[in-house]
Amino acid sequence: MTDTLSTTRQASIERTQRIRSGLRRRHMGEAIFRGLGLAAIVLALGFVALLFVDVVRKGVPAFTQSNLHLVVNFDPELLKVDPAPAPTAFASQAEYNAASLKWQRDVAMLNWNKVVEASLRAAAPAGFDIDSKQILTIAETDARHDIRELFVADPSLLGQTVDVDVLASANAANWIKGNIDRSLGDAQQQLSAPARALIDTFVENGTISNGFAWSIFTNVDSRAAPASAGLLGAFVGTLWMMLIVIVLAVPIGVAAAVYLEEFAPKSRWTDLIEVNINNLAAVPSIVFGLLGAAVFINYMHLPISAPIVGGLVLTLMTLPTIIIATRGALLGVSPALRQAALGMGASRTQMVFHHVLPVTFPSILTATILGIAHALGETAPLLLIGMKAFVASVPLTPIDQATALPVQIYLWQGNENRNFFEPRTAAAILVLLAVMIVLNGVAIYLRSRLEKRA
Amino acid sequence: MNALIVAGLLLVLLGVAYQSGWSRSRGLVTADGVKIHSRPQYHGSFVAIWAMVPTLVILGLWAWFGGGITRDYTVSLIPTDIMTSLDQVGLNAAIARIGALASGYGVTGDSPAWEQAAGDALRSFQMLTFVGVLVLALVAGGAALVYARSRIDARLRARNAVERVINLALLACSAVAILTTLGIVASLISEAFRFFTFIHPFDFFFGTVWNPNNAGSAGNWGSYGLLPLLSGTLMITAIAMLVAVPVGLMAAIYLSQYAAPRLRAVAKPMIEILAGIPTIVFGFFALVTVGPFLRDMGNLVGLTINATSALTAGIVMGIMIIPFVSSLSDDILNQVPRTLRDGAYGLGATQSETIRNVLLPAALPGIVGAFLLAVSRAIGETMIVVLAAGNAPVLRGSPFESVATITVSIVNQLTGDTDFTGPQSLVGFALGLTLFVITLGLNVVALYIVRRFREQYE
Repeated sequence: MTDTLSTTRQASIERTQRIRSGLRRRHMGEAIFRGLGLAAIVLALGFVALLFVDVVRKGVPAFTQSNLHLVVNFDPELLKVDPAPAPTAFASQAEYNAASLKWQRDVAMLNWNKVVEASLRAAAPAGFDIDSKQILTIAETDARHDIRELFVADPSLLGQTVDVDVLASANAANWIKGNIDRSLGDAQQQLSAPARALIDTFVENGTISNGFAWSIFTNVDSRAAPASAGLLGAFVGTLWMMLIVIVLAVPIGVAAAVYLEEFAPKSRWTDLIEVNINNLAAVPSIVFGLLGAAVFINYMHLPISAPIVGGLVLTLMTLPTIIIATRGALLGVSPALRQAALGMGASRTQMVFHHVLPVTFPSILTATILGIAHALGETAPLLLIGMKAFVASVPLTPIDQATALPVQIYLWQGNENRNFFEPRTAAAILVLLAVMIVLNGVAIYLRSRLEKRA
Repeated sequence: MNALIVAGLLLVLLGVAYQSGWSRSRGLVTADGVKIHSRPQYHGSFVAIWAMVPTLVILGLWAWFGGGITRDYTVSLIPTDIMTSLDQVGLNAAIARIGALASGYGVTGDSPAWEQAAGDALRSFQMLTFVGVLVLALVAGGAALVYARSRIDARLRARNAVERVINLALLACSAVAILTTLGIVASLISEAFRFFTFIHPFDFFFGTVWNPNNAGSAGNWGSYGLLPLLSGTLMITAIAMLVAVPVGLMAAIYLSQYAAPRLRAVAKPMIEILAGIPTIVFGFFALVTVGPFLRDMGNLVGLTINATSALTAGIVMGIMIIPFVSSLSDDILNQVPRTLRDGAYGLGATQSETIRNVLLPAALPGIVGAFLLAVSRAIGETMIVVLAAGNAPVLRGSPFESVATITVSIVNQLTGDTDFTGPQSLVGFALGLTLFVITLGLNVVALYIVRRFREQYE
């Protein structure tokens, strides 16, 4: 009797001990699991932070540019050219244009480098020993175009002296900003020793000064003159495409969603459409690029590299997103609203357009902005329809050659002048991210405002 | 200029038609209280639709055929003796010169008398046809307007007619989504089949060498073996999943089960920021930061890691997919009924035991679906791989070497300015078809699983 009692007690003590030790182990496991979860969050947020810090750190220096203040003398000795033709002397517009073009060609054939060189020498200390080739590496190669265009716009400048601001060359900017190691020997430097010394003199005497790089926003892309490569052309190209996406994707997407959610009879056919749209949303973006290349360019013969094709491709890509979001919003509208409208004698169409759709407006707007932000950052399909061509002009119409912001980033990261273009690429990324953050911010703001009112 | 005139006139017609229908409808209302079927704005829209359709049809026909007709007329203006001396290029130049004369811009150089005469004739022809078509369109629109207006009476079911038109327009819009799919399938299949007339499908799908001869001609096209690209794609996808699934899943578990509401409110949108960043940005990040970092780390431990390698691209792609995995898993975990969890707590399980033994098994189908969707995204991802994987289409097993993927090769083979006549560019469509079939299969299975999972707990 006492024996069995003691064994039971013994067993119960053992059990308690086993449970105690097991509990400790289990609580440890709990803490480890929890720690892993926290670590995952920290890791994910750390990646966000790392990415932003990295891009900002690389990109911010590129928003400074080195300006070269020159006093340019349009010396008639250097510029021997006939006076510009006057429009009144010709029979037709075509004749005048031809003569004017010929004159501009003559002007372009003049040696403008001599003018640039003379201005640089005028700014240098007297008797500074440097040869023509070396001194010209200080100014960006398009400085002569800038000065020539001043002359073409106003031929009466001949013989006069004008203050002109041009950009210092990319290599000079690298030297000034310290992007290149100053202690490297002559062989590894991109600029010759006299040119480097003259640049330092120019920085000291104020001929070269650093300023905010407006050229990033006001210039088009340039290969020959990297320091003046800007984003304006890409920005306008993106703007055209986004305009096309907004004009086409939003009405078509909303209308399709309204039809599928409100009017379509529930059948296998609509099931198929639904599966189809869900799959379309998950199709890799590059496949839409293939569609664009085959249908829009090869079959319909729309122009290559044009924003109209890019816009159409991005429209097709964005449509499923907008349709799915709008359907979700329509599903969320309370049945009471519908029944009330129908009960008052509204037709189905009236019910949808007068009562249901206005309520979903905030959600549709948000989804639209997010879809457009997504289309804005898309690169791969645009590469396939030729938008990675080098375009050095602002596209004035949607059928002009153009490129887009993300494609410009792709093109710049591939540039050989890495010292100069890596910061510039990061700067372009900052511009792209800024546009996206603004769009997302607007979406959040509008949603909170409109939802409060509704 | 002309387009502005046309647009302006169309707007005027639209306004007039709507207004006349509306006012006529208002005129029906009399003191004796006749019941009118439709409200005035439906009568207005009814007349407007009637007026616009014939006008737009005529203008559309002219836009389609007008250019050809004008060209034929211009050709007929060129005297026959000159016509015989012109080749195709000369003919186009002559047509352009006549067009320039007609527009008043003028031409350079001497202009023979027949050219001047042709320019004048073309100018009057253009004027005449423009005005003629416009008048015809407006007359047709006006006639339709008058007819539609005359039909308005109290019993006309204008609302139903207008709603039918709206319905048709909505249907047309939803057909765009179907047409897109059809367009993708048709273009991929037809161009891929053209590719297979150059290269045998067997050599494509089971070839182990990828070496397209981009300047090649018949008999010397180069090799188009898919396997090196497929292995590169799968390797990068596997690395990406090894990064994204543990981090994404644990983050979702922590956020949905452990995190205080305030932490959740901050951390969830922060992680979702990652989802909104364009992939080209990730590619740049991989190329200039992650790649060199991995190479230096490799040097420290004595490994040779290429700066552009499967590892670089895979890790960064994994980072890109984290928010995708975490938000899908978060949704799925939230759909598991509370009762399952409460039951486990009631039996004395700790929170992590509940999650591991109850929550995750219950959510497993959904998480598998999310996993498959993430794999499909990784396979179709382009820009990160283009920038950071090194583009070396060679069959090898090391993740520290450069690789190439299906998407990279599509970008390399198709640049937009090709005419799709040789296998060099057509292979892009065969690769695209492969990619489409793989991702479509994954998506269909994944969406099916997720849907079944949702229904299970509804």
